[in-house]
Amino acid sequence: MIALASLTVLSPFIAAVVGMLLGLRLSRLLETRGVPGHRVLRNGPAVIAVVASALATLFALIVAVTLWLDPGPREGTLTLIPTGTLPIAVGLQVDGLAAVVGLMVCCVALAVQVYSIAYLAEDPRYSSYAAFVSLFTSAMLLVVFAGDLLLLYVGWEVMGVCSYFLIGHHWEDRANSRAAVKAFLVTRTGDVGFLFGIFVLGVGAGTFQIDEVLRRVGDLPDTTVLAATLLLLAGVAGKSAQFPLHTWLPDAMAGPTPISALIHAATMVAAGIYVVARLYPAFLAAPTALAVLGVMAAISMLGAALAALAQSDLKRVLAYSTISQLAYMAAGLAVGTRSGAVFHLLTHGAFKALLFLAAGCVIYVTGSNLLRDYGGLREAMPITFWSMTIGFAALVGLPPVSGFFSKDAIIEAALHAESGIPGPVATIVYLTLLVTVAVTAAYATRAWLMTFFGTARTAFTPREAPRLMSWPVGILAVPTAILGFFGLGASELRPHLGSAALSLLLAGAGGYGAYAVWRRDPALDPARVLGPVRTTFERGFHVDDVYDRVVVAPVRALARAVVGVDDRVIDRAVESSAGVTRAFGGLLRRPQNGNPQTYLTGLLAGMAVIVLAVVIFV
Amino acid sequence: MILLAMLAVPLAGALLLLVPGLRQNRLHGTVVSGITLILALAAALAFDHGNPRMQLEVDRAWAPAIGLRFHLGVDGISLPLVVLTALLTFLCFLYLLRHPAAGGASPALLTALLLVLEVGMLGTFVALDLVLFFVFFEVVLIPMYVVIAVWGGPGRRAAAYKFILYTLLGSGVLLVGLLLVGVNAGTLDMVELAARHGEGLSRGMQITAFLLIGLGLAVKAPMWPLHTWLPDAHTEAPTVGSVLLAGVLLKMGTYGLVRLALPLAPEGAEFWAPWLGLLAVIGIIYGALACLAQSDLKRMIAFSSVGHMGFVLLGIATLTPVGVNAALFGNIAHGLITGLLFFLAGAIKERYGTGDLDELGGGMLAKAPRLAAILTFACVASLGLPGLAGFWGEMLALLGAYQPGAGLPRETFVTFMVFGGLGAVLTAAYFLRMLAKITHGTPADGPVVAGVTRHEYAAWVPLITLTIVIGLWPKLILDLTSAPVRALLGGG
Repeated sequence: MIALASLTVLSPFIAAVVGMLLGLRLSRLLETRGVPGHRVLRNGPAVIAVVASALATLFALIVAVTLWLDPGPREGTLTLIPTGTLPIAVGLQVDGLAAVVGLMVCCVALAVQVYSIAYLAEDPRYSSYAAFVSLFTSAMLLVVFAGDLLLLYVGWEVMGVCSYFLIGHHWEDRANSRAAVKAFLVTRTGDVGFLFGIFVLGVGAGTFQIDEVLRRVGDLPDTTVLAATLLLLAGVAGKSAQFPLHTWLPDAMAGPTPISALIHAATMVAAGIYVVARLYPAFLAAPTALAVLGVMAAISMLGAALAALAQSDLKRVLAYSTISQLAYMAAGLAVGTRSGAVFHLLTHGAFKALLFLAAGCVIYVTGSNLLRDYGGLREAMPITFWSMTIGFAALVGLPPVSGFFSKDAIIEAALHAESGIPGPVATIVYLTLLVTVAVTAAYATRAWLMTFFGTARTAFTPREAPRLMSWPVGILAVPTAILGFFGLGASELRPHLGSAALSLLLAGAGGYGAYAVWRRDPALDPARVLGPVRTTFERGFHVDDVYDRVVVAPVRALARAVVGVDDRVIDRAVESSAGVTRAFGGLLRRPQNGNPQTYLTGLLAGMAVIVLAVVIFV
Repeated sequence: MILLAMLAVPLAGALLLLVPGLRQNRLHGTVVSGITLILALAAALAFDHGNPRMQLEVDRAWAPAIGLRFHLGVDGISLPLVVLTALLTFLCFLYLLRHPAAGGASPALLTALLLVLEVGMLGTFVALDLVLFFVFFEVVLIPMYVVIAVWGGPGRRAAAYKFILYTLLGSGVLLVGLLLVGVNAGTLDMVELAARHGEGLSRGMQITAFLLIGLGLAVKAPMWPLHTWLPDAHTEAPTVGSVLLAGVLLKMGTYGLVRLALPLAPEGAEFWAPWLGLLAVIGIIYGALACLAQSDLKRMIAFSSVGHMGFVLLGIATLTPVGVNAALFGNIAHGLITGLLFFLAGAIKERYGTGDLDELGGGMLAKAPRLAAILTFACVASLGLPGLAGFWGEMLALLGAYQPGAGLPRETFVTFMVFGGLGAVLTAAYFLRMLAKITHGTPADGPVVAGVTRHEYAAWVPLITLTIVIGLWPKLILDLTSAPVRALLGGG
């Protein structure tokens, strides 16, 4: 079992190494050997990446099925690394949560790898791209299966650097380069807190092994658990793009679209939520941390949804919707429904991957990211249209597609908030959840209508995307549609009439609002009715500008100051010590000027002084 | 005897260059340092990994009248550094075969100097007598001074003077400290002294001794604010000089702290540790901020060394096994990664004719994809990515600061930890800024940039491989260091 889990983690890792070093050579080999069939079969990097992802998916599936048949956590440790204090265990652990999330990650990664073959067919750097996607998958799987907190941290950070490389894939454009750097630095800022949280938790519990830590959480002092969980939340906010560390995600859309699907739907951003779910007993022992999580979630949820309403770039609409949907999961965790949050994590993984990949098809066909360039794509792109319709329905939470069930589980749990968070916080979270449902419906409807309805606003050849792209989209539509029914097996995940009716009503209102505005003139952007606040929403409430002023500019100024101090104070002190030495030497040189007269005078004067002293004192 | 041979071979190699006929032999340095590397590896193979004590010892009377002994040996603390030194020197010679240092003086002289340098560096790590340690420690200075002064850049004179005067001053203080300990304890033998854990030395004496020894070594490390010789020396030094300076010479300072200052004067260590920690953390933040505003590639990497050695010093300051392990790990990681970085800086300067970030412009990934890719790797390793060597030293140093040794103020060290963490973010910031500046973007039109040569690959691939191997399997180093470090700190 653990061997299978290790293989799941290792196969994409090996693919990354092999693909990076030998991918292009394999292409040449396959070409010269004249391998028959589709040209994909002669694309070395693609073959390596897809075979490894498929293998990982197979292993993950076996792990999940085995665990389903015979539940109960399993763990295995390969070795202990001595550190001088608590050792680090190189070991994995598999339970239901890990198995199901691992399977989701593998499936999405496989879809992304297949899709990328066509999407980046012309890209000269496809080889390194595919290798980084593999490495990324491996790192996420390590986070999912790690049995030790520091091992988890390794995967956690490797994911960060992969996202840096993938977001900056088209580094010729400075904007992409900036987005990549921003994504890495913002998440790393959170990760430092995360690492300290691991220290506090691990040192407090006397071990870094996750199952042991969770077993001992009850014996730890409340302040230790609170400090640890709050610090961990910093990392969670960074990775899962929650306020106040969310600003990297919208910019990260600079990466190729399949990367947006991978990083910003199913893996990296899911890691934060997953870790909270994984360490949930620790968080339950610190209701204050959960309350903080709830407030963070409420701000992110509504703020991002409002920002999504005014975005002009389809991918940025989806990016803000990711922040908003992740906040749903965070809210679910804050109000005490771990299963609801994980359920939404899974359905969101499916429908957001679908939405991004479908958006990629639209971008591929129209050659633009901007909503105002689309229009009337419904007939030319049937697969994309229907898939995306299902995806948007899931995003809004319409029955019977998956998002409806998972969202409902969270909203219902928020009403009864059983995690011990203060009542007012629970109320705020509940109300925000409901309001956000309406806003979500509005922005989803706006994007859907502007893309597929009306008439084309620019000149492009309407057609369906290549099959390697449209098929993964079509296939992802299946889980997006039916995944919700799997929740019917668990009582806490079944729909509740009251909250379902309420959220449907709100969703209908939001959706109809957007439709009514759009219908007045389908050629225009419905966001125009936002009037003066539109720019504020579009700029994401100017959080970036604030950070520029409060963090970036002062650090730059400080850096310049340090260089100045180094030159003018510290080094000057060192160098002027040479002058001081010389001056001192000059002083001592004076009596030793080589003039015998001076020496003789000094000698006689000295003798006189001694004689006088003897005469006076003796 | 392996250790003796390991010192004798480069020394003999240097002396052989006095024979006129051998001076024209281009392979001389490579062969000699290659044999030395083989001997170092043989020592590593002969080394019993389960044994935390000194091994492969050589112990002869040297000057019996004053109790001086020629005592050599390795344990888990020094072995990795010995191998690192031999490896880096060998790689430098490999690199020189195709990329000779610019300057008029004869290549044979450079070979001889580097071989003497190697004797000094290896000797420092295997010496077990206080005076012998000091002698080797000093042997290093002159060759490095000449290397900078003869093969350096335009400002080489001033930089070389500053380097030698500053470090000599440090050495003077160090010698006083060593003799203070030696005379009062009645022995110069480091093993004997370490086993006593400061017994027989009064508290005041220990505090004075730690201050003197610490100051002398801190110049070399370098610790803020005694670092200003470093950026100048690095900027002016030729590539191989920079590689050995950053890769090995700096480690002599931190190694000395672990080997001498901690076990010889434990009470002094406890007294000064918070101050050492404070200066280390200032170094981390200060070095990172200075890097953020640098415009010269080599100067930036030099300042990054101040930051990285800050993590090493912070580890030492915690006086815990984990902290000292972190320091030793950090030493090795920094040697590998920064050695690679200076090789790359040299290669870039050779190709573009400048190390100025603005003049280099952007688009190196398009113009010289391999070079830029290796640079990216080195930077990512240096900023402490888990899975690569740079991470473990930094992470363990912070972990050590979270629970510092008994008798140290915990709140103070936790504050250090927080600032150290901030420094890690700043470290990422300046490396990514540099990468974005020179590797991203579209290149300006200009002559084609030469690809990576075979000799460059030969010099770099071992460093890259080791960075990955140690990063993925930190047990390799930690298994070696853990037991002797415990013994050193007086634990079981």
